[in-house]
Amino acid sequence: MPFSLLNLKALMPEIFLVIVASVMVLLDRAVREKAFFFWMALVGTVVAWLLARESLDLHFGASYLSDHYGFFFKTIFLLVLFLTILISPGYAKREGFHFGEYYGLLFFAVCGMMLMASGTDLLVIYLGLELMSLSIYVLVAMAAGDPRSIEGSLKYFLLGSLASAFLVMGLAVLYGKTGKIVLSELAGWLTSDKAVLTGILFFIVAFGFKVAMVPFHMWAPDAYEGAPTPVTAFMSVAAKAAGFAALGRIFLLAFYPAYAYWVKLLIPFAVLTMFVGNILAVVQTNIKRMLAYSSVAHAGYILLGIVSGTKEGLSASMLYLLIYAFMNIGAFATVVLMQREGRVGESIFDYQGLAKLYPVPAFLMLLFMFSLTGIPPTAGFIGKFYLFRSVVHAGYPIIAILAVLASVIAAYPYLRIVMLMYMREPEREIKLAPSPYIWLALGLSALGVITIGIYPGSLLTSVLASVF
Amino acid sequence: MEKVLFGYLALAILLSALFAIFSRNVVRSVLWLLVLFLHQSVLFLTLQAEFLAAIQIIVYAGAVLVLFLFVVYLINLREEIRLPKFLGSYPLAFIAVLSMLILAVAGLVGFVPAKTVGSLSPGAILKVGHTQILGEHLFREHILAFEIAGVLLLVAVLGAVVLVRRLREGEL
Repeated sequence: MPFSLLNLKALMPEIFLVIVASVMVLLDRAVREKAFFFWMALVGTVVAWLLARESLDLHFGASYLSDHYGFFFKTIFLLVLFLTILISPGYAKREGFHFGEYYGLLFFAVCGMMLMASGTDLLVIYLGLELMSLSIYVLVAMAAGDPRSIEGSLKYFLLGSLASAFLVMGLAVLYGKTGKIVLSELAGWLTSDKAVLTGILFFIVAFGFKVAMVPFHMWAPDAYEGAPTPVTAFMSVAAKAAGFAALGRIFLLAFYPAYAYWVKLLIPFAVLTMFVGNILAVVQTNIKRMLAYSSVAHAGYILLGIVSGTKEGLSASMLYLLIYAFMNIGAFATVVLMQREGRVGESIFDYQGLAKLYPVPAFLMLLFMFSLTGIPPTAGFIGKFYLFRSVVHAGYPIIAILAVLASVIAAYPYLRIVMLMYMREPEREIKLAPSPYIWLALGLSALGVITIGIYPGSLLTSVLASVF
Repeated sequence: MEKVLFGYLALAILLSALFAIFSRNVVRSVLWLLVLFLHQSVLFLTLQAEFLAAIQIIVYAGAVLVLFLFVVYLINLREEIRLPKFLGSYPLAFIAVLSMLILAVAGLVGFVPAKTVGSLSPGAILKVGHTQILGEHLFREHILAFEIAGVLLLVAVLGAVVLVRRLREGEL
């Protein structure tokens, strides 16, 4: 079998990330001043993005294609990585995991995500997913002083392995049936065969676990609560985006011929996810758990873009993921700002009267909460608007109505925090744990939320152009 | 003859897997796994996949199981530790698993695998040799996947070291 010249240049960003991560891990013992790794990671993230831009349109055999779709997701991952690094140092020092391996594992995770976003054969996508998951299991357990961290990590690990088993099973069924493993080749071979549909169902279950879709969301609240807050921010956005990147490419490219069949399977999951996520978010009093259920619900919204099965729908999902990166990291950055030793700053009642004492963080939190609710002129509104419109255009008006209903329920948990911050007197002592980097992360997130909210037009056209 | 052998192997694999799960003694669980791996390797042999059979013995039975046993003896577990369950309701879990099983069986019954994969058919594979074809494909078409698997193992080792060594040191 002849084989074209392997083009390593296409893989530059991934290779670079692995090298930087390995160097950070190796140097850790030699470098006493751990802030070095912080700066190295920041610079490394920017360089990786430049390399990703450099490698556009190159491909590595049939298994990897650095197209605009992949590049858009790589931008999201690296943006999230950059913001996560910015909010990490203070928290990591306090919890005792501020060392080279922490940043190294973040880099390995992002490398896996990039392979998921740009991989064009099922094997590479599966291994990218494993690389990402394995790194994140360890990251979740980083707060060793807190038993919740280990518990969350263990649950995530067990359920994640089960999900991987489903993915491998689905892969085996499809490969056994068609003999094809490259996504674009698979598309021509798909029939409405029972076995193929079973394989697709396995894929839905596996990715459902990864993006925290109901009823496969059980791990999310525990893992999100137990993980160190910067890691929670990272996994809630980047891991979800990676899951959707692979989901979008697999379902809208390889499985598209069977759209009429799998959309029937996907719709109940999407609707259930939106409602269950939002309803359970209402009763939470721990802010990280509340944001976990909110992230479950957001997975439901983003799924709508895949359900609509059009270019417009997929681009709406992609835009929403970018917006979600800004608003969710912003919200978690505020949580990091509020957190001190132990559990302080995790209860939503710790936010009571925040506006009286610290008006700026309170206002930023208000901005992120409004955006998560979807109130104009924030970016969250634009994202939801395009998603719901794409569903209506695809011919599912009832689902759009259900989605709007679900987001009305979602207003309660978000606006309750705003209410606590602005309309109550402070009862508990509030102390911030500020650092210039957290302020930078908060500023960038707020800027993103407002800019996309006011000028979405040009961004939307560029997203639409980058759909494969 | 072949069918009888397959029937025996399939039954033995299923039963030893069940014993491994339900055994209360951890060492026994690990030993049942050994039985499982040996039968699997014979299953591969009946399919004339000699390389996979050897790997199954060398890597799984040889290396992985020994590691399992090391861990079991290191933490000195006689009986399994009883932890509160993650999810309470047993019947509900049973129904979920059963419906999953029924779904999978209903979907996969009458499954006919592809006759050829690219230029490969069972006859062609037997002519060249299974090991050679596996190597050629792994190191040509799937070289990227092979490399990622390498990084994956690196991360696994790194994770274990971080969790056990680094974070412990911080506590002391």
